Amino acid sequence: MSFFSFGQSAEIDIVLNDAETRKKAEHKTEDGKKDKYFLLYDGETVSGKVNVTLKNPGKRLEHQGIKIEFIGQIELYYDRGNHHEFVSLVKDLARPGELTQSQTFDFEFIHVEKPYESYTGQNVKLRYFLRATISRRLNDISKEMDIVVHTLSTYPELNSSIKMEVGIEDCLHIEFEYNKSKYHLKDVIVGKIYFLLVRLKIRHMEIDIVKRETTGTGPNVYHENDTIAKYEIMDGAPVRGESIPIRLFLAGYEMTPTMKDINKKYSVRYYLNLVLIDEEERRYFKQQEITLWRKGDIVRKSMSHQAAIASQRFEGSSSAEKALAQAQAKEQEQ
Amino acid sequence: RSEAGGEMADTIADTRRLFSKPQNLNDAYGPPSNFLEIDVSNPETVGVGRTRFTTYEIRLKTNLPIFKLKESRVRRRYSDFEWLRGELERDSKVVVPPLPGKALFRQLPFRGDDGIFDDSFIEERRAGLEQFLNKVAGHPLAQNERCLHMFLQDESVDKTYTPSKIRQA
Repeated sequence: MSFFSFGQSAEIDIVLNDAETRKKAEHKTEDGKKDKYFLLYDGETVSGKVNVTLKNPGKRLEHQGIKIEFIGQIELYYDRGNHHEFVSLVKDLARPGELTQSQTFDFEFIHVEKPYESYTGQNVKLRYFLRATISRRLNDISKEMDIVVHTLSTYPELNSSIKMEVGIEDCLHIEFEYNKSKYHLKDVIVGKIYFLLVRLKIRHMEIDIVKRETTGTGPNVYHENDTIAKYEIMDGAPVRGESIPIRLFLAGYEMTPTMKDINKKYSVRYYLNLVLIDEEERRYFKQQEITLWRKGDIVRKSMSHQAAIASQRFEGSSSAEKALAQAQAKEQEQ
Repeated sequence: RSEAGGEMADTIADTRRLFSKPQNLNDAYGPPSNFLEIDVSNPETVGVGRTRFTTYEIRLKTNLPIFKLKESRVRRRYSDFEWLRGELERDSKVVVPPLPGKALFRQLPFRGDDGIFDDSFIEERRAGLEQFLNKVAGHPLAQNERCLHMFLQDESVDKTYTPSKIRQA
């Protein structure tokens, strides 16, 4: 920033062409605040305008060139100096020369690859941004505009349930089951815990969702665990043969898709942690990894069609369905 | 009336419960398999003068197969509890809870009360010993130690025993 009244300075403003129609997504910044940014997807073209507004109209702005860059980079907090750029595109907007008046430049990056999802974590950050720069001899003028990228997946072809028998010999045997191994971010975990042997005095049982962020490689691997949900599923003492249902709606929790070895720099994985607590506060637990993925939004079908599906899901037995059909038939008669 | 076709499955998640075997009624209403009750009671001071000491009755009732006797009654003194705690700390991976205090200051002369034979002190100690035993005896790892079973169910504590783990058939 130049405080001298002589010389010329300028303000840069970057505007996307589809700013009116493009959706924005909320994204947490490093200090925990939530902000909204334009949402882009892999392969989409990024086009817009760079508005250069001269601060002192009438004075010329000499420059060594004006350009705009689209950058995707990973920043490890313990190694701030090194930004690992995995996407770096540049478009020259103006050759070295001078601006005599405020000007607008068009830009277009066609079918930009955005292979990873934007992520702000405890020890690492991955971000995408546009940066317009007016190069000058002494100091450049630049402006950055952050955008958020989401990676979408389709329904996995194979999505087996997780079913396992675990325990402590002669003390506690349980069989736990989760209906899937891959869940999307607005999915529901449906499961059950079946007690085969209970020789302990269990007081309650909960299921936790644990997020593990792994940064670094080789001897410098660092795991950061964060329990993002604790959900009590049983209060009281179970006995043999008892089955405790689990129904955990994921939409209420702030989670990202599972990220494995992003650009060989970091991973974000999620685990379900089943915890049983006995009368003396002793904890018995079993951790199981699940894969989270992001589903694209689909067009909503008509409401009555959805209601029909919902009622089918709710009625479990054929007798209930018969009763419903009879009630509907009676209504139509009247 | 016709509705839009297409993928019905994605719109609303299926949240119906997973199937479970119905519970056996004997399991549901019978006695639970985790019954274990330990009481520490009836403090009795034995001996005279300097050699006096207090013993406590330890009564155990259980249906856990790991205990040889389903009911047992023994008498132990504070130093026996200290011995048990030491054995468990050394041999098992259990984080052993603390015992109620040793109260050495109560054994100093010229006290206004009965020192370690004071009724309220004995009651405090009794309650602490009961809490200690219930915590320890319910621990799956402590239940594997020979010293715990000897302490709870044998006539007397043989401090020259060979420490070992209990193995179930």
